Amino acid sequence: MNDFAELLDRLAFEPRRNAKLRLMEDFFRTTPDPERGYALAALTGGLSFRNAKPGLVRALIAERTDPVLFALSYDYVGDLSETVALMWPPPSQAGTGHNAPPPRLADVVEGLSMAAKTELPGLLARWLDALDETGRWALLKLITGALRIGVSARLAKTAVAGLGRVDPNAVEELWHGLTPPYEPLFAWLEGRADRPEGLVVAPFRPPMLSHPLDEEELSRLDPAEFCAEWKWDGIRIEAVRELTPEGRRIVRLYSRTGEDITGSFPDLCEALIAENAFVGALDGELLVLRGGRVESFNVLQQRLNRKAITPRLMQEFPAHIRAYDLLGEGEEDLRPLPFAERRRRLEALVARLAGGRVDLSPLVPFVSWEELVAARARPGEAGAGIDAEAVEGVMLKRRDSPYVPGRPKGLWYKWKHDPHLVDAVLMYAQRGHGKRSSYYSDYTFGLWRSGPEGEELVPVGKAYFGFTDEELKELDRFVRRETVNRFGPVREVVHTGERGLVLEVAFEGVQQSTRHKSGVAMRFPRISRIRWDKPPREADRLDYLAGLLPRGETMKTRAGKT
Amino acid sequence: MQARDILSLTPAGLYCPLADVHIDPLRPVPRALITHGHSDHARAGHGAVLATAQTLAIMAARYGEGFCGTAQAVRYGEAVTLGPVRVTFLPAGHVLGSAQILIEANGLRIVISGDYKRVGDPTCAPFEPVRCDVFITEATFGLPVFRHPDVVGEIDKLLHSLTLFPERAHLLGAYPLGKAQRLIALLRQRGYDRPVYLHGAMERLMQLYGELGIALGDLRKVEPGSRESLGGAVVLCPPGALQDLWARRFPDPVAAFASGWMRVRARARQRGVELPLVVSDHAGWDELCATIRETGAGEVWVTHGEEEALVHWCTREGLAARPLNMLGYGDDEAEAEAVAEPSA
Ligand SMILES: [Zn+2]
Ligand SMILES: [Zn+2]
Repeated sequence: MNDFAELLDRLAFEPRRNAKLRLMEDFFRTTPDPERGYALAALTGGLSFRNAKPGLVRALIAERTDPVLFALSYDYVGDLSETVALMWPPPSQAGTGHNAPPPRLADVVEGLSMAAKTELPGLLARWLDALDETGRWALLKLITGALRIGVSARLAKTAVAGLGRVDPNAVEELWHGLTPPYEPLFAWLEGRADRPEGLVVAPFRPPMLSHPLDEEELSRLDPAEFCAEWKWDGIRIEAVRELTPEGRRIVRLYSRTGEDITGSFPDLCEALIAENAFVGALDGELLVLRGGRVESFNVLQQRLNRKAITPRLMQEFPAHIRAYDLLGEGEEDLRPLPFAERRRRLEALVARLAGGRVDLSPLVPFVSWEELVAARARPGEAGAGIDAEAVEGVMLKRRDSPYVPGRPKGLWYKWKHDPHLVDAVLMYAQRGHGKRSSYYSDYTFGLWRSGPEGEELVPVGKAYFGFTDEELKELDRFVRRETVNRFGPVREVVHTGERGLVLEVAFEGVQQSTRHKSGVAMRFPRISRIRWDKPPREADRLDYLAGLLPRGETMKTRAGKT
Repeated sequence: MQARDILSLTPAGLYCPLADVHIDPLRPVPRALITHGHSDHARAGHGAVLATAQTLAIMAARYGEGFCGTAQAVRYGEAVTLGPVRVTFLPAGHVLGSAQILIEANGLRIVISGDYKRVGDPTCAPFEPVRCDVFITEATFGLPVFRHPDVVGEIDKLLHSLTLFPERAHLLGAYPLGKAQRLIALLRQRGYDRPVYLHGAMERLMQLYGELGIALGDLRKVEPGSRESLGGAVVLCPPGALQDLWARRFPDPVAAFASGWMRVRARARQRGVELPLVVSDHAGWDELCATIRETGAGEVWVTHGEEEALVHWCTREGLAARPLNMLGYGDDEAEAEAVAEPSA
């Protein structure tokens, strides 16, 4: 897999989209089957190795290195796979010096799928011995599922499409009928075989995405040309139901990136199988509904995070689809039709559904932008009713917009709620990972509360982005200068009423948490401003966060030190 | 008498009271021994300076002829007596003229490594291991993740990229003293005989290397207004220039950077490097460990870099070891920025 490792290494450093495409296309053109097919699977996230967990990698390196040196190295590099790839001792040094050839990617894929769990450490160690540093890095990234080289599945498919000069969407629509190493796909693209039709049942259709909007841009648009919907705080889902020529009813659920997530929602899948009025493809939001009410994202997450899908889980967190678009019906592709027309067809379809698992995302009525601004500010009074807490803004869609995959300009907009802001005090800092491993870039911040000995700061969250590179340097300097304590990689920085640093933190909401000493966890916190000017004493209090908790959630604070 | 009585740590750096000299002092002192010409080790403004002829030439080229009160050149291996102390400079293999300094007093042998590397370098004399009682080693790359690969492979990465993207200018960031000259020499050894272009900040030292007998082939200035036409060329520049406006005038430039730091991907990404080449003028981890063993020293003092890890390793080897925690010595990176600024 040396060629593939080199490709990955090069891709990870290449910022230009076109150069990335060129590197990949060149690789696919010059690498034989099945190696390139497995590479394509790796780049599109289509390979997963159940048994290769970071713990295994840690165990292997622990057998071969001094624990202190490993800890110092890992702290410096900030990335487990890379640390292990760099530190792995040469085989002669480890005493297993035989000159095995480096494994091909195909060997790795096949080897891992066949190997029993107990054989895995030995197998992996032999491969690591045979590979060079780049090869080891790529292998470890691959099997721990953390490739992250700035190549999306879409870009990889675009590069493959380039082999046959076809539209990337043509590859996308065949995709779910294909399996690694994709030999029929390459054969078609190279003109050696026909398009592999008929393999795909219930294909994924790449979703249409929106652009963010602010109030100023809004004023330049004509309200008469747009429809508005609530922007739901769930996850985007595409539901496809088809009949095979033999009359079998097939349902597939896809995430917005085209990942097949049918297996995670047997309840939804079963309900859709029974919906005989529906043959086609729906676009909508996956939500948990209980007692006719949309639950918060926090509740949805409790379902998403669970690996085992038990009947109890499905009963406790029933999955629903709130539909907002219809992409196909029967044999007909509706995507070229204007939004208003698709909406009419969608409404008619949802009215025919019987099971109650799919409902319609209502339109938000408005004539002027002022009315929409008001609706966005108070969704509960503008039609969202009891579901208002699950609304995170509004979507604007041009009435005449066709359904265009990707993020076309000028058709759809999302207008999110403004984030909450809080002034918090920096308490601890830790070295970042990846690009920031040499800076103190992970910040734990706290808010004031009354403690047994008077006012005290309690940590409420962590943020590691939102600042510029310049600000990062200043923050890093502050941390190094104002350190009062060190605990391993963590530095405690000064935080008294008089001395310390106030950070303005933006976040999307809060939820209760038993893991945090404060009893609350912020969603999506990031640094929005550094308040060099503000004395820590004037930072905000914990009560402010408590007031933002969704209904029914309370703060179970833990007192004292942990 | 102990090593600590012969060498002590002062705000100006290591100091030998018996001879009244500082080694690589950070601020002006009456008498200084200088290991090599990098600006964090060789500063201007001392009274008397003892160093190799090449190091003195480098200092003169950088700071002007009056960079110190009096300068005395010393040859590798030649012993100089300073009161009760004998001082000998020995090759360190780091850059042209770089030396380790052996200090002998009261029957103790102490070696100050300066910066050093063990792999061959066509532009300077190779490191000579010296037996000693106390070894004061640098630890710039003092973590086991720094295992520098074969330089030929790294040079070939650049040559490969030149064939893959023949229309793009390849800007190669490198420290102007030592690394830049070594890279050109390595390119020449791999058969690259086209002109190599130089950023203005590279010229003076490049010329000095020529005068000191290091032949580097066809070197050319990047003439004003010529950048647009340098597609497919190799252009050497200080690392700081890679992100400058200056770099953007080249045709679709590839930002390459040759440094031991490029071993860690995050470092390369931080600097916006697209083609990292792992070429180091400092010893990597395995070289550091091997060198410490070779010196036979029973006591090791560790200075600039990742001191903690190397001290831990020494302790596990049964050696007495301590970190010096001296501030002010960089990894030559400060050097690169410093050179980029003042020279017009
Ligand atoms: Zn140096
Ligand atoms: Zn140095």
